Amino acid sequence: MDDLYRQQIIDRYKHPLKRGMLDPHDITYEDENPLCGDKLRIDLRVSPEGIITEAAFSGDGCAISQASADLLTEYIEGKPLEEVRTLSKEDILDLLGIELSPIRLKCALLSLKVLKAGAYGMKEEKDA
Amino acid sequence: MKAETFSRKYGIDIERIRADFPILKRQIKPGIPLVYLDSAASSQKPSAVIDAMSEYYRNHHANIHRAVHTLAEEATGMYEAARAKIAACIAAQPEEIVFTRNATEAINLVAQSWGRTHLKAGDRILLSEMEHHSNLVPWQILAKDRDLQLDFIPLTGSGELDLDACETLLGRGPKLVALTQMSNVLGTIVPIREIVRSAHRAGARLLVDAAQAASHMAIDVLDLDADFMAISSHKMCGPTGIGALYGKTEVLRDMPPFLGGGDMIRKVDWRSFEPNDLPYIFEAGTPAIAEAVGWGAAVDYLTAIGFEAIHRHETDIAAYAMESLREMPGLTVLGPEPSKRGGVVSFTLEGIHPHDIAQILDSYGIAVRAGHHCAMPLHTRLGLSATTRASFYLYSTFEEVDALAAGLRKVRAIFA
Ligand SMILES: Cc1ncc(COP(=O)(O)O)c(C=O)c1O
Repeated sequence: MDDLYRQQIIDRYKHPLKRGMLDPHDITYEDENPLCGDKLRIDLRVSPEGIITEAAFSGDGCAISQASADLLTEYIEGKPLEEVRTLSKEDILDLLGIELSPIRLKCALLSLKVLKAGAYGMKEEKDA
Repeated sequence: MKAETFSRKYGIDIERIRADFPILKRQIKPGIPLVYLDSAASSQKPSAVIDAMSEYYRNHHANIHRAVHTLAEEATGMYEAARAKIAACIAAQPEEIVFTRNATEAINLVAQSWGRTHLKAGDRILLSEMEHHSNLVPWQILAKDRDLQLDFIPLTGSGELDLDACETLLGRGPKLVALTQMSNVLGTIVPIREIVRSAHRAGARLLVDAAQAASHMAIDVLDLDADFMAISSHKMCGPTGIGALYGKTEVLRDMPPFLGGGDMIRKVDWRSFEPNDLPYIFEAGTPAIAEAVGWGAAVDYLTAIGFEAIHRHETDIAAYAMESLREMPGLTVLGPEPSKRGGVVSFTLEGIHPHDIAQILDSYGIAVRAGHHCAMPLHTRLGLSATTRASFYLYSTFEEVDALAAGLRKVRAIFA
């Protein structure tokens, strides 16, 4: 279990690289995990070609949820927004490099949930 | 050292008590013994309870109240004997004890049966800021349905009820006051007896949520003069799946049935029914018989040790825990001084989320709870999204508090 709190995760939690808000932004979305009290917002800037040029997260929560948000926002920068659709639970676990119990999985996946809701929300708007 | 001088004060035989609870021998991982500090969520069960339930199923089970054969009579006798024990435990009469699934259902029963017949649009219900969702949401549902107003007794800075504000709010003429006797987050023990008196002077009925209190202290509903009380087996060494509503006879008599079905009727024809007597009118369908038997055994067990001794033991463990934890930099303990609380100690540790604390403690076998403990509005009011809670019971030891403190030092080291 102490494995969960490997140095990389603690470092990311204490000294996140992508914490902040983007103003202006093209996409913003926030959600929470009321059970734990984890709150998360993700802001994205997207180029006309559909590339995520900048990503940032804000909010507060446990080390797992915050480290996961930091790693994920870093990972998606420079990638096509379209690629967000294909991201899965396994990708997040790969980024974190740990195994998680079902309850803690929710913490880790909050960032993916927020990101997907934000990205799809925008796509739906454009399609409409 | 400190722990030894503390523990010698008690008239509680901790070694023997711990031996009564098989689960306390559990190792969470090889070589890592369980340190169970989550009794406020649910207590562990002594062999006496496990054995009573097993004995019931092995030798006595049948459905109750409906047959003349030997087993049915034995089962009925055991079920009703359990009711009598639970009644005696809080100084009530057996017919004033309605078995429910848990404390939550007991409160919902009052909301749906008493509330729907006695409250009308514009009426007020007075609650407090420290209520568990169980004593909040049922009233929200009723308030929405019946257009009622909810008021909340605010907390003081130390996490006690603001009694002056309570008087003022009683001045608004609530029809019902529904309060917890002990906060499951702050540990605060509420001066419920005085509040019952004030509520009655103001013409309100009073419901006590004793889900926490009943496991930790002697309760006398006659002395309290409460109109309703909700209690729960699983918090007081009994099995899950059963709780009870206490109601004064004259109040229960004035309430329509809650659920319809078998057992709650005397006579039925195609279009109508004649309800059964108290308390059966509120017990539709086959109840949790083995659970009642187990709960009765739990009450016997606790009564033999004595609620006074249990309460003293827990408060002293909580006092020791507060003393040990407060020494830790960045750690804040919620709630009042030890003399005003039961065995619940919730805290925050600066810069470390409760989930992370609980997870790391778990790796040392220490079970604590992290989250909002079913009291989200209270956490919002305190400006917190979550807290970590250690809760103690009759089997908790000073060594376990030391283990908690050591575990928290490790948590801090990991996040240092
Ligand atoms: C103060 C309080 N009220 C009510 C409840 C709900 O009890 P039950 O689990 O029996 O429904 C609890 C238990 O969590 C509690 O602590």
